[in-house]
Amino acid sequence: MKEAVLVAGVGKRFGAVQALQEINFAVGEGELFGFIGADGAGKTTLFRILVTLLLPDKGRAELLGLDVVRFYRDLRHRIGYMPGKFSLYPDLSVEENLRFFSSVFGTTIEKNYELIRDIYSQLEPFKKRRAGKLSGGMKQKLALSCALVHRPEVLFLDEPTTGVDAVSRQEFWLMLRRLREQGMTTLVSTPYMDEAVLCDRIAFMQEGKILAIDTPSGITALFPKQLFAIRATQTGKLLSALRASPHAASVYAFGSVLHYTDNRPFVNPDELLATLQTEGFTDLSVTVIQPGIEDTFISLMEEKQGSAHE
Amino acid sequence: MSELVIHTDKLTKRFGDFVAVDALSLSVSGGEIFGFLGANGAGKSTAIKMLTGLLAPTSGKATVAGFDLYTGAEGIKRNIGYMSQRFSLYDDLTVRENIRFFAGIYGLSNQAIKEKSRHLIEMLKLVSVADARLASLPLGWKQKLAFSVAILHEPKIVFLDEPTGGVDPVTRRRFWDMIYEASGRGLTIFVTTHYMDEAEYCDRLCIMVDGRVAALDRPEAMKQHYGAGSMNEVFIQLARPGRTE
Repeated sequence: MKEAVLVAGVGKRFGAVQALQEINFAVGEGELFGFIGADGAGKTTLFRILVTLLLPDKGRAELLGLDVVRFYRDLRHRIGYMPGKFSLYPDLSVEENLRFFSSVFGTTIEKNYELIRDIYSQLEPFKKRRAGKLSGGMKQKLALSCALVHRPEVLFLDEPTTGVDAVSRQEFWLMLRRLREQGMTTLVSTPYMDEAVLCDRIAFMQEGKILAIDTPSGITALFPKQLFAIRATQTGKLLSALRASPHAASVYAFGSVLHYTDNRPFVNPDELLATLQTEGFTDLSVTVIQPGIEDTFISLMEEKQGSAHE
Repeated sequence: MSELVIHTDKLTKRFGDFVAVDALSLSVSGGEIFGFLGANGAGKSTAIKMLTGLLAPTSGKATVAGFDLYTGAEGIKRNIGYMSQRFSLYDDLTVRENIRFFAGIYGLSNQAIKEKSRHLIEMLKLVSVADARLASLPLGWKQKLAFSVAILHEPKIVFLDEPTGGVDPVTRRRFWDMIYEASGRGLTIFVTTHYMDEAEYCDRLCIMVDGRVAALDRPEAMKQHYGAGSMNEVFIQLARPGRTE
């Protein structure tokens, strides 16, 4: 696979804050690559370096075989960028925004309409509406259209779904999948773990570092323990009881169930069930489950924090 | 359950021809964790602005923390707490200054502020960083502090508006531990979130669609009613009926 993005040893510091340290990764052409991490993990800084808006302190980054520092002028025509903050003109209409961005890139809406048709057609009924008056989901669609209007070769989307409701998030990811089918290389960041499974590969970011890079199934294979899903009517009481157990390695709520790992190498779920029953829980269920992306992220975070405290 | 901390009857807000909140009727009891969900533009923010006394309703009735929405807006503001991810504390103030500032706004006396600050700083184990600027603290600590500050004046109810956006999964769950604990002490929690797993942590949920209540029930009952395995499925079914992709 040919590489569309290549990053080697990139670091960036803002005063006392080391925003990025020793970042290394490559993204293949046509890949949908996700960066998962909380606020402050370094996702935005990394994206700003890649889209030629910020200089790295060290290391180098190439897009489409071109160095991002030396060839920033050429690259700016060939990449699309949707920043985390809504940055279209609120006083221009939907259509005016799109026309403005296409003229900046020396093209027209009509020329590349094919690429944005899917997305923009949902906005066309509102094309005379001012961008500032759109709902969150529609703003996001307009911003994506504007980032695509010059048919970029690599697309950067910085937290496109933050603060957007679950339904609009789902729709947005369907659009990204369709762009991928058309061969678009996309780098997207998100704080939502459930979106990670929709990427070809993901990088977990925490405190300026990449904790792991792999396919979603490769990532979950990193989970080091047996994972149990435990359910009872009184979730709160169950949580306290499990946390008080001397064998508990981790206990986290996942919706209506608790995800539990034990500090013994192997535990029979029936044994766990029996122990909890002696503590007065009657309507219990204990099952061994496959870990998800969020389980793995938590486990990698704990591992790192554990080693940092030693 | 104990007394009703929020009670609304056909609460409505119009902006011109647009009905942002359409006959909202709900009750929230003392100590309850009440989740308020909806797609962007469904009317959540407008409803919260009314319930916190920031926006006058067009029609309908409501009491919050024992005060009438029309005549007691100032009483409401003094008896509720509010926190959101977007606006909570000041990064350029120290921990101690933030506490003093917000306690002052909520009208606590200097003596009470002093005592409460000391107690809070000790309880949250922030003694060593009490005079450090907030910007230098990890997000998880800031969040704990923001929540504690929002309830420092011992309100009956706290409104949490997307309190966990952009937070890592461990911090997010620790935050919910704090919510449970506060609810156990009798504080009523009114919370909005876009994380559907968090919806499951609530005692009851209200899902708003186009300004109206589309569903109001316990999460388990809602899942059962819609034949769904998770709240995410329920939400997607309700929030965009007729749209299947």
